[in-house]
Amino acid sequence: MIDDLRLPKTVKPDSNRKSEIGNRKSLWRSLDEFSNPQKFREQLHDEFQNGASDFSDFNRRDFLKLMGASIALASLPACTRQPIEKIVPYVKQPEELVPGKPLFFATAMTLGGFATGLLAESHEGHPTKIEGNPDHPASLGATNIFHQAALLDLYDPDRSQAVLKNGEINSWENFVAAIRDVLQSQQTKNGGGLRILTETVSSPTLNFQIQELLKKFPDTKWHQFEPVNSDNIFEGAKIAFGEMVETQFHFDQAKIILSLDSDFLYSHPNSVRYARDFAERRRARFPQNEMSRFYAVESSPTVTGSNADHRLPIRASEIENFAHALAEKLGAISNPAIRNPQSAIENLLSAIAEDLLQNRGKSIVIAGENQSPQVHVLAHLLNEFLGNVGKTISFTESALANPVNQIESLRDLVDALKQNQVDALIILGGNPAFNSPTDFQFAENLARAKFKAHLSSDVNETSALCDWHIPENHFLESWSDARAFDGTTSIVQPLILPLYAGKSAHEILDAMVSPPGRSDYDIVHDFWNSKNPGANFENGWRKALHDGLIANTKLPEKKTTLRAFQSSGTGVSPVSSSKENPLEKLDGRDAHPTTQNLEITFRPDATIFDGRFANNGWLQELPKPITKLVWDNAALISPALAKKENLENGDAVELEFKKRKLKIPIWVTPGQTENSIALQLGYGRKNVGHVGKNAGFNVYELRDANSLWFGEGVILKKTGEKYPLVTTQAQQTIDSDERQILREGTFDEFRREPDFVQKNSESPDKNDTLFYPQEFKYDGYRWGMAIDLSACIGCNACTIACQAENNIPVVGKTEVARGRVMHWIRVDNYFRSAPANPEMTHQPVPCMQCENAPCEVVCPVGATLHDKEGLNLQVYNRCVGTRYCSNNCPYKVRRFNFFEYADYKTPSLVPMRNPNVTVRWRGVMEKCTYCIQRISEARINSEEQNRKIRDGEIKTACQQVCPANAIVFGDIGDPNSRVSKLKSHKLNFSMLGELNTRPRTTYLAKLRNPNPKLSA
Amino acid sequence: MSENSQVISPAPISALGYPTKLISSDETYESVTQEIGSIVLTKPQPKSWWIGATAAFLLLMLFLFSIAWLLYRGVGIWGINVPVAWGFAIVNFVWWVGIGHAGTFISAVLLLLHQKWRTSINRFTEAMTLSAISCAGLFPILHLGRQWVFYWMFPYPDTMGLWPQFRSPLIWDLFAVSTYFIVSLIFWYAGLIPDLASLRDRARTRAKKLFYGTFALGWRGSAKHWRNHQSAYLLLAGVATPLVLSVHSVVGLDFAVANLPGWHETIIPPYFVAAAIYSGFAMILNILIPVRKIYGLENLITLRHLNNMANAMLVMGMMVTYSYILEEFMAWYSGDIFEQYAMANRAVGSYAWIFWALIVINVLVPQTLWSQRVRTNPVALFFVALSVNVGMWVDHFIIIIVSLTRDYVPSSWRMFYPTFWDWATLAGSVGLFLTLIFLFIRFLPMIAISETRKIVSEKMNANSHA
Repeated sequence: MIDDLRLPKTVKPDSNRKSEIGNRKSLWRSLDEFSNPQKFREQLHDEFQNGASDFSDFNRRDFLKLMGASIALASLPACTRQPIEKIVPYVKQPEELVPGKPLFFATAMTLGGFATGLLAESHEGHPTKIEGNPDHPASLGATNIFHQAALLDLYDPDRSQAVLKNGEINSWENFVAAIRDVLQSQQTKNGGGLRILTETVSSPTLNFQIQELLKKFPDTKWHQFEPVNSDNIFEGAKIAFGEMVETQFHFDQAKIILSLDSDFLYSHPNSVRYARDFAERRRARFPQNEMSRFYAVESSPTVTGSNADHRLPIRASEIENFAHALAEKLGAISNPAIRNPQSAIENLLSAIAEDLLQNRGKSIVIAGENQSPQVHVLAHLLNEFLGNVGKTISFTESALANPVNQIESLRDLVDALKQNQVDALIILGGNPAFNSPTDFQFAENLARAKFKAHLSSDVNETSALCDWHIPENHFLESWSDARAFDGTTSIVQPLILPLYAGKSAHEILDAMVSPPGRSDYDIVHDFWNSKNPGANFENGWRKALHDGLIANTKLPEKKTTLRAFQSSGTGVSPVSSSKENPLEKLDGRDAHPTTQNLEITFRPDATIFDGRFANNGWLQELPKPITKLVWDNAALISPALAKKENLENGDAVELEFKKRKLKIPIWVTPGQTENSIALQLGYGRKNVGHVGKNAGFNVYELRDANSLWFGEGVILKKTGEKYPLVTTQAQQTIDSDERQILREGTFDEFRREPDFVQKNSESPDKNDTLFYPQEFKYDGYRWGMAIDLSACIGCNACTIACQAENNIPVVGKTEVARGRVMHWIRVDNYFRSAPANPEMTHQPVPCMQCENAPCEVVCPVGATLHDKEGLNLQVYNRCVGTRYCSNNCPYKVRRFNFFEYADYKTPSLVPMRNPNVTVRWRGVMEKCTYCIQRISEARINSEEQNRKIRDGEIKTACQQVCPANAIVFGDIGDPNSRVSKLKSHKLNFSMLGELNTRPRTTYLAKLRNPNPKLSA
Repeated sequence: MSENSQVISPAPISALGYPTKLISSDETYESVTQEIGSIVLTKPQPKSWWIGATAAFLLLMLFLFSIAWLLYRGVGIWGINVPVAWGFAIVNFVWWVGIGHAGTFISAVLLLLHQKWRTSINRFTEAMTLSAISCAGLFPILHLGRQWVFYWMFPYPDTMGLWPQFRSPLIWDLFAVSTYFIVSLIFWYAGLIPDLASLRDRARTRAKKLFYGTFALGWRGSAKHWRNHQSAYLLLAGVATPLVLSVHSVVGLDFAVANLPGWHETIIPPYFVAAAIYSGFAMILNILIPVRKIYGLENLITLRHLNNMANAMLVMGMMVTYSYILEEFMAWYSGDIFEQYAMANRAVGSYAWIFWALIVINVLVPQTLWSQRVRTNPVALFFVALSVNVGMWVDHFIIIIVSLTRDYVPSSWRMFYPTFWDWATLAGSVGLFLTLIFLFIRFLPMIAISETRKIVSEKMNANSHA
């Protein structure tokens, strides 16, 4: 039955299938029954008999019993893994469900309010993998690390599972009764004592519901807050245009890009799309093509900055001066009050200015959300001046339902709390008690509200302070809708019934305004039906579910003009009479850094974001893109500052900022601005599950509303204590010139001498081996992979996608510290030249699948073998664990199960695993297989249809997730395949090819496009 | 027959100033049998035996406990990681195999070369070989990720038609070490038979008579027995001799065949053989010197024996030193930057202090053996030998582990830190070794009675001729 509601992506409701849809009419009539949720649930249960929905019947007692048993068993190695339960086959086969064949459902996940369209893979009713939706503009088939890891959140055994009242288990019905009492008493005050606090909302349905509530209770207030928000962007737009506009960037159109502290490739809400567009202009495959040039100005190295051709590390507080100086240089503004910046910057500034002027209408200036509104105004000014608007940049309304200044919004709430004006506070999601600015003292003031309810997926710091806690459904368990950055609207459809007694924000709001009982499906469905009441609604609805987006919901371009500036023939000059002249706010700032004055910057953590993913083992163990730290955050300091203060990695320091103190270990980070200390939000959670416990340090303690992103006047004191920080790449600065592990060059070099890579590569003859060079005849497919280092941005999505696809275990901080991380594909970082501001290169390293594989010949039991298609197979149940293969692997891509890392015991993790991939046990070696399960599936499909596997039919997990399209997999025996074409490209090289391992995974050399004037 | 002339020389010092006495002039057939046999049959074990055996037994218990914990938890209890996938287990394996070498070298090679001075020490060295190989043999199994399926490496008729992969040096290892163990065992046992018969004849209790009688295999000492025994013994020595070269060079191939910088060197197999004999002689000295003192065997194991073994150790030590130099030279000469880095990393990398410690204890300290005063001073010799034993272990640590910490791709470089269990397993294996040695001393004649009597006979013949 559930399949009728959720449309699998694999079945298109096109005209050919009319008859089938016609047949289903009877089923659709039974939708009436959905108003009776109890019956609906029973039906579902009948359909999924072997356990899928049994989780919903997990009561607390059963769960505790199982948990208790699993904890008791956890310390014992298992002798047998036969399922305890009797296995029952489907009595009635559900439609569209072939055992062993996964179904894909389109859905969407929001982060920071904005949606990314996803396809979730479902095996017999369990979601097992998340992919990007190729039709969705924010995804184009790729995802970022958070989308991948969201799967683990669904199955997290530490999720909140029951409604709690003051920490005791209670029921949803009691909660509804309680909230209705509150509303009753608010009737007389027009809801004046009622406050709603949400995270950033783009959901049209949720917005509608809140507006309905506000209609009923006109004095009720809706606050929004997230610690990582777009306040500065909106404020900047308001100053520049006098209205709220969202800037949409088109990086595929840009030849020159200047980033002012923007991490648009990684932490921007639209980063997945931007990474794709950006990478398109970076892969200069042919000398005659154009390659974009990217300048980045930032305080702490980000993924985005690491891809820059020229990167300028300056303090976050000076970026405004930099922008101003640039505007002045270009002639976009004139202001004698601005002094010249440091001469070191002068050259860069002139070069950027020249480049921008030469590429009018083909450049982008983008400012980060952590920069002040003034910087955004300057960015708008520059883009306008350079004629980029309408070409590389366009404006739209915001896709958010009600964009507000979230700091002000939360401040209002806190003020109301302080004045005891809040009778009831309903917090829908988020964790403000942990992550709001420390000067708000939200946690202390929260106690003043008489009635506090919190909807959250886990019992977090805020839940602990609220009277009521309602477990929140995961997006794979509930219906909703959301809008992407460009406005494209998606219906969020669930793949599985709620595992626990969870509810969604829709259901809580619904319970507040109408008689209870409507399910989230009804709410979302009815909302859209009310907007599109036509007879064709159901067809449209089904199409929207199937496609993962509602057609034509992209926001239209919005015409807007820079306020307070007038356009002249040559440029834009300020109108002096305007009272709101932004330049007044920019005047007279000192461009010279005061070296005594340390600055701190706050950024969302690269893997656990604002702290919401703190209990996600995949993300905790995912190396941070630049530092490769895992399981912790640290104060990133520059090598120069470390030398001055005599600090080394892991030394704990005390940071004092505005009289607030924090003890935190430091990490010396190449590329970090000298007198700036970078802190990452989200760590140091107190009320968190067992994964996130004791991980990292809470830097929110230093963050206040006035220095939300950075602040000056920090005092750093060495404490003499040490803290064990763990990294997966112990070796930071690498002289790769000598070893030539990767090849790099500039675009000009490539144009002058297209085969510069080939010339400098030693490639021994195939017959130079002691073994039989013709031992393996490849007469069928020959699988191979090419990775374009120019495109790779180093975002780590491949690592986590591989982890999800291949059931790779999480080993924990101690084991990573011992060098036992299990990732099958890692991203190596290379730093070149001075550590103050090195060039950075990321190199994803999966198994090379060598043709002359060193691992194969040394295995005494033949557990690692060559197959006729060229794969190095690892036969887990033959492996005895000599680990000789790992020693003999020059690439060190093999991973060993030193302990029983796979968690066989936690019941909730069992349905998460990919049923097509063996879960490995203690004592065996494992490694990348080129996703052999996907190859097999394609082979079966092609053999059924009596054809060869088509090029592009198989996508490895790392390839599929890659936002930059840097990874290409295919048959190298077919000269027309994409991978063959890449491999025959002049930039192609084999890593350590001189060893004559003949890797099937090869790389395209990294090209940069530095400004020749600067490199001279 | 210069050897004989030395034996009969009345002066205890040779022309070159070396001690020449192989056996005390007072020894007779009877006294030899009495001196050796009584240790096993009649004399109460000295206090030091009890103390030593108890300590060894406790270490053995630590070994068993470490193994139990290992099987229960997995090899993760050790400090190994990726890239250092081989740790103490392999270092210990190579070390013990090496120690085992001197036994065969002394027994077989010296027998074929008619080096008579071997007679009073060969039994002991053979026993030491067997104990050392027993320790060594356990480590490759303990080292496995799944120890319980170790037999998959044997070529046995599997119903699935699975076969080991003969291209892997680990399979060569398996055959080399097991062959070596079996041949050593037979060789040792063959030599023991006449002595077991002697003990059988002198035993007073029924249990001892039965025990020694069973293993004496009905030896009556007839001329026919002796003729067959001698030819079998010589043949076995002939079989064992190539094994001295083959075993450790095959173990060396584990490394030489791999493509890891620091392993992939043609010098490794011959170097391993020299190093093995080096450490083997050191271990014999370390055990014989105290035993000789405690059991008052100075008449049978004379300063001449010690001097000869010290000489052998010095020669082998020089070969090891030569290998060190050649290794560095070849790294430079090859022009291979990875190899050069591996060598430089040993000398100046994170483990440099271990490397320089190795140079001191394995190269410099043995140079004292140029001095005859050191060679004939049992206490000094004991400490030099101890230094070499530790040195050879450190040598394997550097070759195996330090090479692994830094190979081709710097992003994967990582240090190795041994855990408690690494040390416990190493110490425990020493416990096993010593326990076996103590049991050997207690229950079997530690010096070959019949062969020593042959020396006495030669001496008496010479005397009567004189």
